Amino acid sequence: MAEMNCRDALNLALKEEMRRDPSVVIWGEDVALYEGSFKVTRGLLAEFGEERIKDTPISENSIIGAAIGAAMGGLRPVAELMTVNFALLAMDQIVNHMAKIRYMFGGKAGLPMVVRAPGGGGSQLAAQHSQSLETYFMHCPGLYVAVPATPADARGLLKSAIRDNNPVMFLEHELLYNSRGEVPDDPEFTVPLGVAEIKRRGDDVTIVAYSRMTLLSLQAAEELEKEGVSCEVVDLRTLAPLDRTTFLESVKRTSRAVVVSECCHTCGVGAELAACIFENCFDSLTAPVRRVSGLDVPMPYSRRLERLCIPRVEDIVAAVKNVMQQKY
Amino acid sequence: MDTRLRAILPDQQLLKFYEQMTLCREFEESCAEQYTKGHITGFLHLYSGQEAVAVGATAGLHPDDYILSAYREHPQAIVRGADPKVVMAELFGKATGLCKGKGGSMHLFEPELAFMGGYAIVGGQFPIAVGLAFASKYRREDRISVCFFGDGAVNQGNFHEGLNWARLWELPVLFICENNFYGIGTEVRRSSALADIHKRTCGYDIPSEKVDGMDVIAVYQAVKHAAEWVSGHGRPYLIEAVTYRFRGHSMSDPGRYRSPAEVELWKERDPIPNFARRLIDEGIATEDTLACMRAKAAVLVEEAVKFAEESPWPEDDEVCNDVYAPVGEEVCPWLK
Ligand SMILES: Cc1ncc(C[n+]2csc(CCOP(=O)(O)OP(=O)(O)O)c2C)c(N)n1
Ligand SMILES: [Mg+2]
Repeated sequence: MAEMNCRDALNLALKEEMRRDPSVVIWGEDVALYEGSFKVTRGLLAEFGEERIKDTPISENSIIGAAIGAAMGGLRPVAELMTVNFALLAMDQIVNHMAKIRYMFGGKAGLPMVVRAPGGGGSQLAAQHSQSLETYFMHCPGLYVAVPATPADARGLLKSAIRDNNPVMFLEHELLYNSRGEVPDDPEFTVPLGVAEIKRRGDDVTIVAYSRMTLLSLQAAEELEKEGVSCEVVDLRTLAPLDRTTFLESVKRTSRAVVVSECCHTCGVGAELAACIFENCFDSLTAPVRRVSGLDVPMPYSRRLERLCIPRVEDIVAAVKNVMQQKY
Repeated sequence: MDTRLRAILPDQQLLKFYEQMTLCREFEESCAEQYTKGHITGFLHLYSGQEAVAVGATAGLHPDDYILSAYREHPQAIVRGADPKVVMAELFGKATGLCKGKGGSMHLFEPELAFMGGYAIVGGQFPIAVGLAFASKYRREDRISVCFFGDGAVNQGNFHEGLNWARLWELPVLFICENNFYGIGTEVRRSSALADIHKRTCGYDIPSEKVDGMDVIAVYQAVKHAAEWVSGHGRPYLIEAVTYRFRGHSMSDPGRYRSPAEVELWKERDPIPNFARRLIDEGIATEDTLACMRAKAAVLVEEAVKFAEESPWPEDDEVCNDVYAPVGEEVCPWLK
């Protein structure tokens, strides 16, 4: 085991996969010479050269489209979007092409490709640079969506994503790049796509979360422990495939659920998770499921206002307490 | 320069052009009939009038060269070698179709023939063609990517992104614009500030030319030359093939935005009878040989319809297949 942050864990995964498979290529805005706007691609140009790590024009739709073509032509491209907000300029290639090509061509073409995109709020970047858009991708059949929370998962999931034959939206949280954790040394260590992990065992309530919200949920669980509430924290790790079994089994055991997501509340990931729990665990529930999610507003700049828009530890704690008090 | 057909190509190849154009026309006209009967549903965009482009261009390419196109692409797939039966079955939505009935008229795809798809988002194929060209270059394959598109697609950002990218990365892409003067009902002069489409590449330092898209030989020569240039220089090139569609944009379009006089004028330039006349005038074929070829094409299309009619519908449990990769799938088996 080695301790490292998410940035280095992702960087390691990219290097390992590029060493392992010469068909892996990387491109995006400022990924080569500048080494990435979040420095995830540091050292890649030096090691792998211009043919495999490439700076592109600021043409997001083509960054994805060209990766689709490359994947069709026998490569395993990893395309980086500078941030997930710019995925909105590439939604045509992501949704109309990348997600559909296998199906509409009768299964004759696979797209072994990854789209890496940093995102999330919390750095006072205002409305156009703070979004959590995972719902958009999760809503689209044909895509996988990875949302790691820890350095180990970041590395293991990215390696699996690159080796997978499905197109994967790999969503990294900007506030997690410096977050540290233990990462296995084994270069063949991977984390399967579609397998959630129970990050903390508990009996009274299940908190379902992913990405940065997993860490906040673990902190909330810690605090609640002191007050005698035992929380189980399920980290989804991927939203597609969605490992329903793990969190449904957990909720059946604890009989209560709080679902936490940073994306906007209305029609957000939390809505899907809550519906899924109600449909499958209704008889086991002793209280209604509660959602903790982003406020339904464009993200404000001022940090005084921004903090009201992103779920905080105290919001999760309050939701758990609420669930503990309510009874059907 | 000797412009007689025999100075350009052997008889056999010339006759093949006629045969292919005739087959395309028969196929498309039969589709119209099947649509009227309700056997083909959804959107149906027919290629009648533009045959010289698909036939001439395909002949000018190497069979390994990737071809990508839009949604008016049945003839491009068939000329590339797709079985008309299997294409017709796809249009019928049958299990035996080229894409198991999941794509339909607008999404033909056969990687074994390097036919890399029909795309129905106007201009969606540009970056994909660029990426395929990158893959071939990276893999040291000797092939180019050919991207067909309409006059309406040149005002998409993708067109400009694609030209810039292909030139910047020095990728072997041949862009072929089929300028039939209309994007649905909007004439090119009403949508493009510069209606001379081939001139629009100057901002990207990409050579280009305009060719008579109603003349199969002219298209063949231009594409052959351009494909060799692209392959030799490892850089993009653009051809604007000026052509015309004889039918409406799709089956639901009566085409009222075009005057009957305009349509008639273009029908006089029909690439098929005009080429037939040249074949006869130059003693390459007789009226009988050509009639015989037309009859043969009609039989092939009849057989295609019969095959499509008799083919089974997809099973219900097929609906969820092909959304994601099956376990243990080998990617790009056609590259082996
Ligand atoms: C992005 C997008 N916008 C609009 C349409 C609707 N549409 C379908 S075909 C078409 C016209 C395209 O014209 P052109 O590129 O000249 O091709 P042609 O139909 O003449 O072959 C339009 C606007 C679409 N399919 N995709
Ligand atoms: Mg047109």
